[in-house]
Amino acid sequence: MIASASRTPEGGYIGAPVPRREDARLLTGRGTFVDDLPMPGVAHAAMVRSSHAHARVRRIDATAARALPGVLAVVTAADVADIQKPWPARMPSPVPGTSVRHGVRHTLPVTKVRHAGEVVAAVVAESRALAEDARDLVVVEYEPLPVAATAAAALAPGAPLVYDELGDNVAAHIVQRVGHPEQAFASAPHTLRETVRVMRGGSHSMEGRGVVARYDEALDGFTVWDATQAPHAVRAMLTYLFELPEHRVRVIAPPDVGGGLGPKASVYPEEVLVCWLARQLRRPVKWIEDRHEHFVSAAQEREQIHEVEIAFDREGRLLALRDVFTHDIGMYGALVAPVITGCTVPGPYRIPNIHSEVRAAYTHLQPSGAVRGAGRPQGVLVMERMMDRMAETLGLDPAEVRARNLIPADAFPYDVGMWFRDGARLVYDSGDYPELLRRALELADYAQARREQAALRAQGRCRGIGVAICVEGVGLGPFEGAVLRLDGRGRVVVTSGAPPQGQGYQTAFAQIAADAVGVRLDDVDVVTGDTAAIPYGIGSFASRVTANAGPAILQAGAALREKILAVGAHVLEAAAADLEIVDGAVRVRGLPDRGVPLPQLARLGNAGTAFGMVMPGGLAVGLEASAYFAPTQAGYSASAHVCILDVDPETGEVTIVRYVVGHDCGNVINPLIVEGQILGGVAHGLSNALYEEAVYDDQGQSLASSFLDYPLPSAREMPRVEMFHLTTPSPINPLGVKGAGEAGTLPVPAAVAGAVEDALRPFGVRVNRMPLSPGRISDLVHAARGSS
Amino acid sequence: MSETRAITLTVNGQARQATVEARLTLVDLLRDEFRLTGSHVGCEHGVCGACTVLVDGEAVRGCLLLAVQADGRRVETVEGLTADPAHLTPLQAEFVRHHGVQCGFCTSGILMSLTAALRDNARPTEAEVRETLAGHLCRCTGYQGMIDAVLALVADGSRP
Repeated sequence: MIASASRTPEGGYIGAPVPRREDARLLTGRGTFVDDLPMPGVAHAAMVRSSHAHARVRRIDATAARALPGVLAVVTAADVADIQKPWPARMPSPVPGTSVRHGVRHTLPVTKVRHAGEVVAAVVAESRALAEDARDLVVVEYEPLPVAATAAAALAPGAPLVYDELGDNVAAHIVQRVGHPEQAFASAPHTLRETVRVMRGGSHSMEGRGVVARYDEALDGFTVWDATQAPHAVRAMLTYLFELPEHRVRVIAPPDVGGGLGPKASVYPEEVLVCWLARQLRRPVKWIEDRHEHFVSAAQEREQIHEVEIAFDREGRLLALRDVFTHDIGMYGALVAPVITGCTVPGPYRIPNIHSEVRAAYTHLQPSGAVRGAGRPQGVLVMERMMDRMAETLGLDPAEVRARNLIPADAFPYDVGMWFRDGARLVYDSGDYPELLRRALELADYAQARREQAALRAQGRCRGIGVAICVEGVGLGPFEGAVLRLDGRGRVVVTSGAPPQGQGYQTAFAQIAADAVGVRLDDVDVVTGDTAAIPYGIGSFASRVTANAGPAILQAGAALREKILAVGAHVLEAAAADLEIVDGAVRVRGLPDRGVPLPQLARLGNAGTAFGMVMPGGLAVGLEASAYFAPTQAGYSASAHVCILDVDPETGEVTIVRYVVGHDCGNVINPLIVEGQILGGVAHGLSNALYEEAVYDDQGQSLASSFLDYPLPSAREMPRVEMFHLTTPSPINPLGVKGAGEAGTLPVPAAVAGAVEDALRPFGVRVNRMPLSPGRISDLVHAARGSS
Repeated sequence: MSETRAITLTVNGQARQATVEARLTLVDLLRDEFRLTGSHVGCEHGVCGACTVLVDGEAVRGCLLLAVQADGRRVETVEGLTADPAHLTPLQAEFVRHHGVQCGFCTSGILMSLTAALRDNARPTEAEVRETLAGHLCRCTGYQGMIDAVLALVADGSRP
């Protein structure tokens, strides 16, 4: 059923599959992506990037580039000395007693470059083509230095240092412990150990990064249009570097940003340089990342090596977990992903004793950040690999082993005993994991699938079934805000800080606001991602916006409704309690003729015209309300996936036969949007499981920097996904929502790894490294055959 | 590199002229000279399909064709699918209904490929729809919504 936007449905808009209001402009080619914005007089920037992963920059000769007609400027570190302050430290460790170590980084490298692709100079010209011509004429003389291209290389004794001042390459060493793991391991009937590796990958939003900056000389300030996930964070960096007050730096994420998926939540040197150049040239300056640049300079994630060990009893009950892993943080990055990984490993299982330990290492690779999932898919993979191995060891069904260890539905709130990435305790707010698993198995017709598998195996065919279940920390704070007002047209305008990159905030925010204020959806406008429109915001990442901005909109909406009714009560000479908002007017309940249309009421409340020179006593000025919602902790969504697939042991090709998703993100604002988020997440997870890998050589050079070398799944590779929702509302916010943006991604590598190993069980293949490209699967089969 | 040529072409039914550098790509001509910014540039090496437009009815990569190669030819872009954004075509309307769009960056190219394919075969199977879409990358949707949109259109018997 599709809800109509012009009438209030029974029970409100929240929860209804309202079609997105963003769609029409996007489907007709009238979107507002950063590179689509009309920008008269704009000059175009191109970046000169390091060809070495680690080198001293001896000399930059831009003579030939500057001489090219149409070139406006070539700038190096020396030219931008006025903003060459050390970049501020990123996130502190959320785990008490541990710390994060930051090296000193500048917008342009002062002495040495730290990754191949790092910006060393910027060129501006009348056209992008000219800027790129000139870029190729800039001569940079390097003195190459030894490279640490993996976490293992970076942590080895005598490794080349990414930041000399740190003395080693350890960005953080974080240990979290629950119970008495050593004793549990020593006395356990069974233990199992495995090494699990996950390789680097990127986000590859279809639109790369991009920014246009305009300097306004009269105001000594900037207006910056930026395809970012976090405009307020970009403003913070610019105000710090340029030493400007917040009100003179306006950062706007255009209403349409072509995907983000993590990397656009970071701030990059290009955003700073474009502003500096716009001020220098007194012209708007634009830089649009091309795909190759995205491969070599946008943040990546995922690379970890886990040494994991579990202890369990004869009935298949977990007694202890030990997970010691390294995380490649690149030459710069926050510790978001590795901290989340450590907290994701225990998942939906009762584990009384845990030792979790991560060493994050600086390497001479491009910065790390979060990529859809942000450390969580690795954690799920690690735990679920071990659950499969436990089942194998005990001769039990993998689904049964999981069921025996699930946290029961009556155990919430459930304290895992660790600290989460948001600095709060890792306490699951709500969930029903046994029911989630039961329904996933039911939808997949699991028992029948096992019978079919046995029949196929008897024919020599390799059918595998993988089951994965996980818990996902979502809705992280610290806050998001909302300003709601009734404007002069009688329309409710919702302003919130976090910008969308395809998640449909213009629709979902309008649904919440319409219900909170009590107006029609068609009477609501939504403004996002503009630092001039709302003073503070955090951004779109960590599956956090609905759980932060949503309650803020709800609270501000209720306050705005009160103000509207107060003015209505004055005008209609009735008690506010007797008023209702119907069809764009405030009316006295039961007296449809006694009403005042919202535009008229807005003029009264905002301008006071009908009240003469003085506002009547007790009436607040301005039909406007703001609220900031700060959750006390993260919420915890959950997923259960079942993957049924066939493997061709000769070619290594995988064919997905069925893919079932069970998902619980608490209450749902718009099921159409939530399902879309899950489907996209599954595609990303499948890509991580089977296809994409950012490969580097030992000198830190990218060996996969085009879509020809780095495959993403198309509609031909993607299976049809069958999905159901379970709803356990979150108690930590008034909407009962959690988060869904990354959920689909999390269990896919685990489910696929389990299914592939299951399919190839007759060969004794062990899957412990992702992704599983056809070549790698084929190698695994041949190696297993050779050793048997 | 600065060699220029005058070209004449039809874009969405309108005769257009331009003097272009020989190296200018068709998508840059459409976006930068004609301000038809609905066609997007996602990879510049012919893989992602975001820049797909129709030239003489054939779906082509706007980033791989030079503007001069479009001289004398008929170009269709997403902006030409409907004259009035308030009145979507049946295919566009099904994309809304089935949530076939998220960020929307890849959508224009996908609509153009589907438009060409549906002119050739108005009743494609799911496998054929997937084959048509296989020339495009979308990182948001997992493709399922757009596939369902096309299948709904086919089931309904509507023209795209």
